[in-house]
Amino acid sequence: MPIIRAEKLGFNYVQYNDENEAPETIKAIRDIDLSIEKGSFVAILGHNGSGKSTLAKQMNALLMPTSGTMWVDGIDTAGEDELWKVRQKAGMVFQNPDNQIIGTVVDEDVAFGPENLGMPTDDIWTRVDDALSKVGMLGFRDRSPNRLSGGQKQRVAIAGVVAMHPECIVLDEPTAMLDPNGRREVLEVARELNRKEGVTVILITHYMEEVIYADHVYVMDLGKIVMEGTPREVFSRVDELKALKLTVPQVTELAYELKKAGVKIPDGIITPEELVEALCAIR
Amino acid sequence: MGEITLGQYYPTNSILHRLDPRVKFLGTLVYIVALFLVRGPVGYAVCAAALISMIVLSKVPFRYVLKSLKPVVLIMAVTMLFNLLLTPGEVLWRFWIFKITEEGIRMAAKMGIRLVFLVSGSSIMTLTTTPNALTDAMERLFGFLKIIHVPVHEIAMMMSIALRFIPILTEETDKIKKAQIARGADFETGGFVKRMRAMIPLLVPLFVSAFRRANDLAMAMEARCYHGGAGRTQMKPLRYRKADYIAWAVVAAFLAVCICLSVTGW
Repeated sequence: MPIIRAEKLGFNYVQYNDENEAPETIKAIRDIDLSIEKGSFVAILGHNGSGKSTLAKQMNALLMPTSGTMWVDGIDTAGEDELWKVRQKAGMVFQNPDNQIIGTVVDEDVAFGPENLGMPTDDIWTRVDDALSKVGMLGFRDRSPNRLSGGQKQRVAIAGVVAMHPECIVLDEPTAMLDPNGRREVLEVARELNRKEGVTVILITHYMEEVIYADHVYVMDLGKIVMEGTPREVFSRVDELKALKLTVPQVTELAYELKKAGVKIPDGIITPEELVEALCAIR
Repeated sequence: MGEITLGQYYPTNSILHRLDPRVKFLGTLVYIVALFLVRGPVGYAVCAAALISMIVLSKVPFRYVLKSLKPVVLIMAVTMLFNLLLTPGEVLWRFWIFKITEEGIRMAAKMGIRLVFLVSGSSIMTLTTTPNALTDAMERLFGFLKIIHVPVHEIAMMMSIALRFIPILTEETDKIKKAQIARGADFETGGFVKRMRAMIPLLVPLFVSAFRRANDLAMAMEARCYHGGAGRTQMKPLRYRKADYIAWAVVAAFLAVCICLSVTGW
């Protein structure tokens, strides 16, 4: 059974002008069908305003569909009474690390979710220890979040979600505000959770480099899914991606240009190693 | 700009630091009440002894306690001056329209001692208790107000979130200030009105950003299943230990002694 499934999902919001009148309905997402398998690593790509964040918030029932249906682990997110169950099953990590840490001490922040679920104190301690060690932040448990780097703060935020034992984690542009080191840290933790713990990871981003390890990629534009497939399939359509204002990884672009110039190499090269291999294989 | 120290917590490991914040909070209240109960020299001596033993127990250097007196020196001076000049009684010395009375001197001295003891006594509490522990203590102590629908948990949650965001917003103020200075804003010169007006380009972006942060945080809290205090458990619940019961006994004994002294007038 898919962990997340959407059928004809749509979300509209009303925008007011400066005089607070003439409301205009904006279709943030429309007619989205998707199905994400348990244990997979899925990336959703799109430039600003493509509706990818709106879609992410649907998965956590922070927003309810205005048309169509969204199921999380078989639960319809529109049902009010199962709201907390949905949010426990699908954890969410946001873009700004400062604006999602609630506790003044690292371990107290990680405990926030389990506390809300009403767990007994002893269980909270085991879960917090466990979650912090999974993201490699156990040594920082007594620190103030304000003294951590951006990447460390995001790892704490991920631990806060992991401590709720979710089936899947939705990362909504978790690296947008981080430096390259922080980005690497966060992505490593996400991949590790996916591979070792079998947690479904849904990564929402506009950095193409971050999606090469995904099992499946969705590309969004104007509120719709316009492309999908494995990273290799998606990256072989360089021109289409460029039309969507998405920049492909440098090596992919180089391979694409080489191919256009007549060099015989395969489509959809996504790592430098692959390009080296392909080029060496020519002779 | 780094971390600003909130309140004035002095991190070290003493008996007072480990004590339950509820005991410290109520103990301080009892101490303040006692200060206004006692009237005679013996009473003041008892209060002084209590204060000094607390400072010693807290392992906080004495100058930190003195430092906490600095902001209230002016209030103290004014209070003492008024008491000195305006208390009626046997006139000792007359100067223009002012007269100093024997009662006035006594009153001013009493007031001064009380204020010094009061401020140092409460600073011992804030020096040994983190703001968060205090928030926790207040949530528990005022929990009974929930019966009359006071949102005790929500107020405590707001306080702890405010504490978490103070350093972030301070840093942001600094950033906006520098950005506006780079655009030619002038925060330094001019009179009071001009300087106040110069704050507008600082405050508007700060407020906008604070609202955005509040919105983000609310969403993050909801995503982590926050739905108010009902059914919520705690990772570090406050629990009384042996030392706390002993502390309660000490506080009670101190109060009893002060009441006796107050009745006898010693």
